[in-house]
Amino acid sequence: MNLDHLRHDFPVLQTTNRGKPVVYLDSAASAQKPKHVTQTLSNFYLQDYANIHRGIYELSERATRLYDDARKTAQQFIHAGHPDEIIFTSGTTEGINLIAQTFGRDQWQAGDEVIISEMEHHSNIVPWYLLKQQIGIELKIIPVDDAGNLDREVYQKLFSSRTKLVALTHVSNVLGTINPVKEMIAIAHANNVPVLLDGAQAVPHMPVDVQELDCDFYVFSSHKLYGPTGIGVLYAKKSLLDNMSPWQGGGDMIETVAFDHITFAKGAQKFEAGTPNIAGAIGLQAAIQYMQNIGMQHVYAHEQELLAYATPALLQIKGLRIIGEAKPKVGVISFVMDDIHPHDIGTVLDHEGIAVRAGHHCAMPLMERFKVPATVRVSFGIYNHAADIDKLIDALQLAKRLFQ
Amino acid sequence: MALRELYQEIIVDHGKRPRNFGALTTANHCKSGHNPLCGDKLTIYLHEENGVICDVQFEGSGCAISVASASLMTETIKGKSVADVEQLFALFHGLVTTGVEPAENLGKLAVFAGVAEFPIRVKCATLAWHTLKAALADDQQPVSTE
Repeated sequence: MNLDHLRHDFPVLQTTNRGKPVVYLDSAASAQKPKHVTQTLSNFYLQDYANIHRGIYELSERATRLYDDARKTAQQFIHAGHPDEIIFTSGTTEGINLIAQTFGRDQWQAGDEVIISEMEHHSNIVPWYLLKQQIGIELKIIPVDDAGNLDREVYQKLFSSRTKLVALTHVSNVLGTINPVKEMIAIAHANNVPVLLDGAQAVPHMPVDVQELDCDFYVFSSHKLYGPTGIGVLYAKKSLLDNMSPWQGGGDMIETVAFDHITFAKGAQKFEAGTPNIAGAIGLQAAIQYMQNIGMQHVYAHEQELLAYATPALLQIKGLRIIGEAKPKVGVISFVMDDIHPHDIGTVLDHEGIAVRAGHHCAMPLMERFKVPATVRVSFGIYNHAADIDKLIDALQLAKRLFQ
Repeated sequence: MALRELYQEIIVDHGKRPRNFGALTTANHCKSGHNPLCGDKLTIYLHEENGVICDVQFEGSGCAISVASASLMTETIKGKSVADVEQLFALFHGLVTTGVEPAENLGKLAVFAGVAEFPIRVKCATLAWHTLKAALADDQQPVSTE
């Protein structure tokens, strides 16, 4: 799958990093933006901008229509049943916090349990920990095996009569593991437990169908999907949304307000207080359309090819160990090298123009699990090609020579 | 800047084979430091008497910059007065943030000048020094290695 023609859409790839051509291998942290997205944002601000849902003039109607269209695009992209099931958030993190503080805090009691896994990003650990402090819930943890798979046998045994939610990452941001979420959701549902999926690392890399998965909540961020920062999506089944209290209070999320009585808006709007990130939603829509034009199956195939090219090439380097060898996985490779700390590798790569992540990747419990202080992580996006991996390998050889 | 200017032989050497490494049984100051961004962790053990650093050791793990910095720091400060060490830290901090060598002779510590070009690594280079400062401010009893 050759997607080299897409590289022209990303001007940043023509720039330099420390004087050398940029090799961007950090899309799992945040993806670069195609011109289509930035031009859409620019056009919106320059030609169609007004506040939404309140103007009685045509310009505002236009902006409102664009915003509402963006919701429909997001809905269709993840195959949700209704646009009212799509809440715009500031990102994955806000989506998870929203569920914890509305669905969770409202309806749970001390001693109730949430099942998460050892491979969660901090954004799917801390909101539950806060809830533990606030109302005394308990966390149950699905362990990860040496290859980077979730232990499904232990998972089945974690359910109890107090289990209220399974909150699970769809794809690991460190290991790349694509979790067998459909099967795990079925198990949760057999126990009458709803499931929240963190799709931050899945949505940019593969087709996602929330109805086929039958998940109850699904969250993702725009900025990892080649869209603007500060916007994301929370999908929630309508039956669950209707019973949840509002998230933040303010304009746009109400029907009527008196000092002694307030009625709230229905559907997604109940969870979007204040003037929303209008441009963000429209920019996200542009990113989704850009990805739909390529086709998510093609995106997946392209990144699988890069993964298949990079993995054996990396393993040729003596002393290099890959953390996370589950199958299937997305184009994310974490590794460590004998005698060179990940941060020193990161600096050498940086010097050669190559952008990677080195650190704990907001997954400290997982670092603890694999007994490493940090890893180097390379992650692929639609604009990467084999030449990027060749440069990576050369730079890693350079690091080895430097530290001999 | 060439990579070798940042990772000079002496840094690679001290990063791999840190000097004065291990707990110090005679220590009367001890403090642990942590750089959560990188996961660097180290503990400084000091034996200080009448305002003089009689002995200093450290242990921990981290990147080459942080370990080499700790190792070279222990070599440099042994036998110096606390006042001199504080002055040295100020000079070292200036060096790694600006890349400009001060008029005063920093000896081997001057090899860290290249760090200034990589601002994210300044914390690695200064972790040992910050921990040392905290250890000096701390009046702990001798540390047991039991």
